[in-house]
Amino acid sequence: MENYSLWSLAKHALSGHRRWTPAWHSREPRSRYDVVIVGGGGQGLATAYYLAKNHGITNVAVLEKGWLGGGNTGRNTTAIRSNYFYSESTNFFERSLKLYEGLSHELNYNVMLSQHGALTLAHSPHQLDGLERWSNSIQLQGIDAEMFDLAQVREFMPLLDTSPSARYPILGGFIQRRGGVARHDAVAWGYARGADNLGVDIIQNCEVTGFRRSGNRIKGVDTKNGFIEADKVVIAVAGHSSVLAQMAGVSLPITSVPLQAMVSEPIKPVLSGIIISPLVHAYVSQSDRGEILMGGRADAYPSYGQRGTLPALEETVSATLNLFPTFSRLKLMRQWAGIVDISPDSSPILGKTPVTALYISTGWGTGGFKAIPVGGETLAYTVANDRPHPLIEPFGMDRFVTGRFVYEAAAAGVEH
Amino acid sequence: MLRIPCPYCGSTRDEEEFTFGGPLERVRPEDPQQLNDAQWADYLFTRKNARGPSMERWRHTFGCRQWFGIERDTVSHALLRVFELGAVRRADTSGGLAVGDVHEAA
Repeated sequence: MENYSLWSLAKHALSGHRRWTPAWHSREPRSRYDVVIVGGGGQGLATAYYLAKNHGITNVAVLEKGWLGGGNTGRNTTAIRSNYFYSESTNFFERSLKLYEGLSHELNYNVMLSQHGALTLAHSPHQLDGLERWSNSIQLQGIDAEMFDLAQVREFMPLLDTSPSARYPILGGFIQRRGGVARHDAVAWGYARGADNLGVDIIQNCEVTGFRRSGNRIKGVDTKNGFIEADKVVIAVAGHSSVLAQMAGVSLPITSVPLQAMVSEPIKPVLSGIIISPLVHAYVSQSDRGEILMGGRADAYPSYGQRGTLPALEETVSATLNLFPTFSRLKLMRQWAGIVDISPDSSPILGKTPVTALYISTGWGTGGFKAIPVGGETLAYTVANDRPHPLIEPFGMDRFVTGRFVYEAAAAGVEH
Repeated sequence: MLRIPCPYCGSTRDEEEFTFGGPLERVRPEDPQQLNDAQWADYLFTRKNARGPSMERWRHTFGCRQWFGIERDTVSHALLRVFELGAVRRADTSGGLAVGDVHEAA
């Protein structure tokens, strides 16, 4: 693998940047692997990377139906934060944030992490109390969170309509200063490059059409390119989890719903960090290209059509304009949707399944991007040792039977 | 945007007047006390989450407020069938526990 550095940049400049080698190879699938990972998004690629790096398991294939990161990894609003409520979640997402903080070095690939803070707004005294409780819970777990009064909100984001005459006047908020955004494609590509370098086969345009079992043990996967034998199989396909798991004989407590995002035309830098309003229901940031990036509620009914419906789009835009009236002059440039896998308690489902040697990474709902490093790390551990990593023990499928939920609907930040 | 013809009040209206009410097939077990935790969890949480034609319950919330059924393609969003609830027998998804009654939660 060619190391990316200032030196390599200078070297390639001399040849007009025409001799860069591909970041990863396109492979033909072999007939047998130790581990087959279905889904070439962030979670699948990170799992492959950590399997190879932390556990020395390199006879691994990542099978992707389309192109790498073409699903939710490339469609989300790239928010990274660890301000969840319960310790099960904060431990998990804080580990992810820490991994993100070192990821560009770890992968020798610039994931463009910028930690300008994630600010959650309160529009009523009740909400302010709620945020106080929420940020106290986070602080007690040793993670940064800070209450903001109105003056601090104003200072942090001058463009916000903080006047008392606003439709939903802002009273304050709480910020996680280490929260921020990263470049989603770079996260997928960085993990792909790292995994490829360690010997993982990355196979695109290879749709899985079925699973083969012998008794209760998984034997391999049928694909458009033929049967591939595997000792262990991982399903990491986000919105299509129910469809794939059903092929393997596993029923899931998942509902697939479109979640939209949209960007305005690019403008000069006006926002730093992410602003989240659970009441008017919008989260807004500015991309490195200058577009104002907006997200809001998920669609009101299940769907696998990656489009999104007009009412949800309208509500998101109007919510954004409630917060930032000045944006009414901007043109909406693009809109898209990803199919998110919503679990009953808005927490991920991660680890073993009722089928032996079949593992799953699903239930990421509206926030899987922030958990890519830790999801990959913990699932790789689980696959390698056939027992759940301590961080994901609370996130097993059995919690819906035992009733031990990790109910994070509020912290997930999206109504569904 | 879905345009849904309500089978009760007869007018075709935008989806914003309607509420999605969950899968049609879910039938509340007649005697939940007899179920073990796994069976009860299966009823409460497991979803078919079909890709393609899907039987669903909807309510004309901001119209005549009636519940009715839609068979909808979850990929193309085409409405394949819109029907009154009595017109279609509710199948069972939870394995032999079909005896029961309508349940409201999604």
